[in-house]
Amino acid sequence: MAVADSEQNEGTEHNGKGIGAYLASHLREYGLLLALIVIMVFFQVVTEGTLLRAVNVTNLLLQNSYIVIMALGMLVVIVSGNIDLSVGSVMGFIGALAAVMIVNFDQNIYVTIIACLAVGGLIGAAQGYWVAYWRIPSFIVTLAGMLVFRGLSLWLLEGQSVGPFPREFQIIANGFVPDIFPAGIGEMLAGMFDARKVNVLALVAGIVTAALIVWMGMRQRARNKAYGIEDEPASFFAARNFIVAAALIFITFKLSTFRGLPNVLITMAVLTVIYAFLTSSTVIGRRVYALGGNQKAAKLSGINTERLTFLAFTNMGVLAAAAGLVFAARLNTATPKAGFALELDVIAAVFIGGASMSGGVGTIIGAVVGAFLMGVLNNGMSIMGIGIDYQQMIKGLVLLAAVIFDVYNKQKQG
Amino acid sequence: MATLLEMRQITKEFPGVKALDRVDLKVEEGEIHAICGENGAGKSTLMKVLSGVYPAGSYDGEIVYEGETAQFRDIRDSEDRGIIIIHQELALVPQLSIAENIFLGNERATRGVIDWRMTNRRTEELLEKVGLSEAPTTLVDSIGVGKQQLVEIAKALSKNVKLLILDEPTAALQENDSRKLLDLLLELKAQGVTSILISHKLGEVRYVADTVTVIRDGTTVSTLDAKGLSEDQIVHDMVGRDMTNRFPEHKRTPGDILMEVDDWTVWHPEHVDRRVIRNAGFNVRAGEVVGIAGLMGSGRTELAMSIFGKSYGRNISGSVRLKGEAVDVSTVSKAIAAGISYVTEDRKSLGLVLDETIRFNTTLANLEGVSSNGVLKRNEETRVAERYREALATRTPSVFQKVVNLSGGNQQKVVLAKWLFTSPEVLILDEPTRGIDVGAKYEIYTIINDLAAQGKGVVMISSEMPELLGMCDRIYVMNEGALVGELTAAEASQERIMSLIVND
Ligand SMILES: Nc1ncnc2c1ncn2[C@@H]1O[C@H](COP(=O)(O)OP(=O)(O)OP(=O)(O)O)[C@@H](O)[C@H]1O
Ligand SMILES: [Mg+2]
Repeated sequence: MAVADSEQNEGTEHNGKGIGAYLASHLREYGLLLALIVIMVFFQVVTEGTLLRAVNVTNLLLQNSYIVIMALGMLVVIVSGNIDLSVGSVMGFIGALAAVMIVNFDQNIYVTIIACLAVGGLIGAAQGYWVAYWRIPSFIVTLAGMLVFRGLSLWLLEGQSVGPFPREFQIIANGFVPDIFPAGIGEMLAGMFDARKVNVLALVAGIVTAALIVWMGMRQRARNKAYGIEDEPASFFAARNFIVAAALIFITFKLSTFRGLPNVLITMAVLTVIYAFLTSSTVIGRRVYALGGNQKAAKLSGINTERLTFLAFTNMGVLAAAAGLVFAARLNTATPKAGFALELDVIAAVFIGGASMSGGVGTIIGAVVGAFLMGVLNNGMSIMGIGIDYQQMIKGLVLLAAVIFDVYNKQKQG
Repeated sequence: MATLLEMRQITKEFPGVKALDRVDLKVEEGEIHAICGENGAGKSTLMKVLSGVYPAGSYDGEIVYEGETAQFRDIRDSEDRGIIIIHQELALVPQLSIAENIFLGNERATRGVIDWRMTNRRTEELLEKVGLSEAPTTLVDSIGVGKQQLVEIAKALSKNVKLLILDEPTAALQENDSRKLLDLLLELKAQGVTSILISHKLGEVRYVADTVTVIRDGTTVSTLDAKGLSEDQIVHDMVGRDMTNRFPEHKRTPGDILMEVDDWTVWHPEHVDRRVIRNAGFNVRAGEVVGIAGLMGSGRTELAMSIFGKSYGRNISGSVRLKGEAVDVSTVSKAIAAGISYVTEDRKSLGLVLDETIRFNTTLANLEGVSSNGVLKRNEETRVAERYREALATRTPSVFQKVVNLSGGNQQKVVLAKWLFTSPEVLILDEPTRGIDVGAKYEIYTIINDLAAQGKGVVMISSEMPELLGMCDRIYVMNEGALVGELTAAEASQERIMSLIVND
């Protein structure tokens, strides 16, 4: 370029404030992780160790699985600049549908599962259609959906609970992955750790996953360095990875001393990885962020914003259906009240995880951590015997605090 | 004349960017003081420091106002002392009336109930002062940008202004509107109001300013007496060397017709019986730069946007042909695929995702170019963003900076980069140099010339006639939705263009 000025490229001066400035601009992510740790330590102490007992850890995962699964879809919907209030009702409706198909009409389980997921997708598509192509605010469309599907489940179940499910179906939520390692290794480890038994597969899976996370983090770091991208200070990187890896191994160890890896944990983990990848590393994910960040600019960039919105809702419907199956299988019955007010927990998880009401901002990992944060709160308070009244208030205040923290943080940086 | 304001050794840092580095500014009472400098030099930042947008304590240095040290905590603080800033981006609420906007946050009310009679009367007085003949109840939405600027000034006057700061007030204005605004500034000066004017239009600076301070890379380079000052001197200080030509040399030999639009008619999206574009037809040849001149509201943007994926209007009829073959431009992605790109005039609301990074925005219109099988290749993306940052000399510490933190001119370069990366056959530029400094304009003209030299066609919509005259091989003149004339470079002149418009 003829007029290019040679002095322009000095850019970033790394001064003494490096770490401070880095922390300031990433306070949100560390804050979330820190909050989860603080809350866990707190409940671990006040429940005198009950929180992290093997049974309870397993329970925690099972109890929150359907929230996490729906939070994945909700994150996409919220990033696209919309909201879905119907997910609790849809979840309940699909559970009811599964129960009626399997229990009342003796349908094959796998046919039922596929049919339920398809119906979930259709429900999502139907709502998405009005939002995307008719530009009716999603708040209104899904508020209507919430009422409609609540009513439909009541109608379908005729106000009764329907159950129980055959064992094969219950396994979705209550099953565990059997140990594939020879029993001898497990017994040996059990002796070493002074545990009743050890599921070697669970432990190995935890260690391998932790190693994988650290390894991928290091690879990304090396790559960033090669491109001169501003990077996390080494101390932060090490500390964060240490905590995450240690927590993972600790939790899988706990699981291994109970019944091993729950099936839903696998489902949840796989879905989380898939959605994390979709949102952060694919063209379609990028477009969703653009759509939520500035719809007009996205449209003028050749993005089919209508179709994208439509797909976000369809996807949400499928995930709500998946959550509905897990929930029904876990309770081993479908009730007309299933999923009642659950949409609020799901939405809260996503906002606690750092998503923005106006769209364009938020991460899958944040939403998942947000869901577990709410889950630990619920679980811890229940163990302590705190009444549902206080539980609601405390959860409400936590949500408010998280969002205030976001806004404050943003103002300070501006 | 006494000194009204002195800013001493102002330093302001953002994470990774030193926007201001010991800047000095001295403004005398009753003068019009212009501040000039390249995009990203720090002009807007300096004014935000002065007006308390960046509160005392968030910067180093001292502000002395009316003889005493001032420490403004927020805008209200500085407004109380008579310092009123009109920001680069207009801050009016479009759905409110002129009167409501003028007294927004400062309502004429008794015990919480707005006194409309008083409000409207005061508004009328203020509008008369700024020479705007509109009813106070007119919605801001329905008046042009030029008039909106006057409303902003009326709003400032309603607050008992001593020091009026205008950050690029004429960037979006047509020449006669600009003139009106500048004359108003002179009038206010006669009434004792001191002004600080930031502008990239040096002709205007020479017309109204008494003193000129030039800022470069966050430091004060010079303070010049405007009397007898030449534009070249200002430019010299701004860019740090001489710039003899405003337009790069070009020799073009246009080839065959590349794009041809025929009988293009567009109806208004809401007012169904209003025809916005009437049977427009034009063409661009390979290697040619074609201009579209016209007044604000003549339909140039609507013409371009309706061609680009029917992004404007309804009941669009007519044909678009590329290299002789009819192409489907019914959606934006089809238009892009066909080889047409459109750089919007409204970068903030139509061009950029402001809260995202330069990299994100650069690749947004061509994600296929940085992905395989739908998976993004981040490193490739970074490389692309870096390449355009260098080619366009975008001033930023890195391509991971959010575009909202860039200066206006640099944001424009990001929008341009985004569309260059779609490798268009025909690039439609809508006010491509709005708010851009002389040096950067030259760079953008160079890019346009490069595109033409590669055999691409460029359509340039601009309200700056010298720019059209300096760059185009042919100029179409548009008026009230119709193309009313066509001039070759040799025939074209400011007068001929105006007479085509007036005689239509
Ligand atoms: N909030 C912010 N965070 C980070 N950097 C910023 C922020 N605001 C401004 N900058 C940087 O400070 C520098 C000065 O910006 P400023 O807006 O003052 O430029 P300007 O002289 O007004 O340019 P223009 O003529 O393009 O409007 C630029 O490099 C810009 O990127
Ligand atoms: Mg500026």
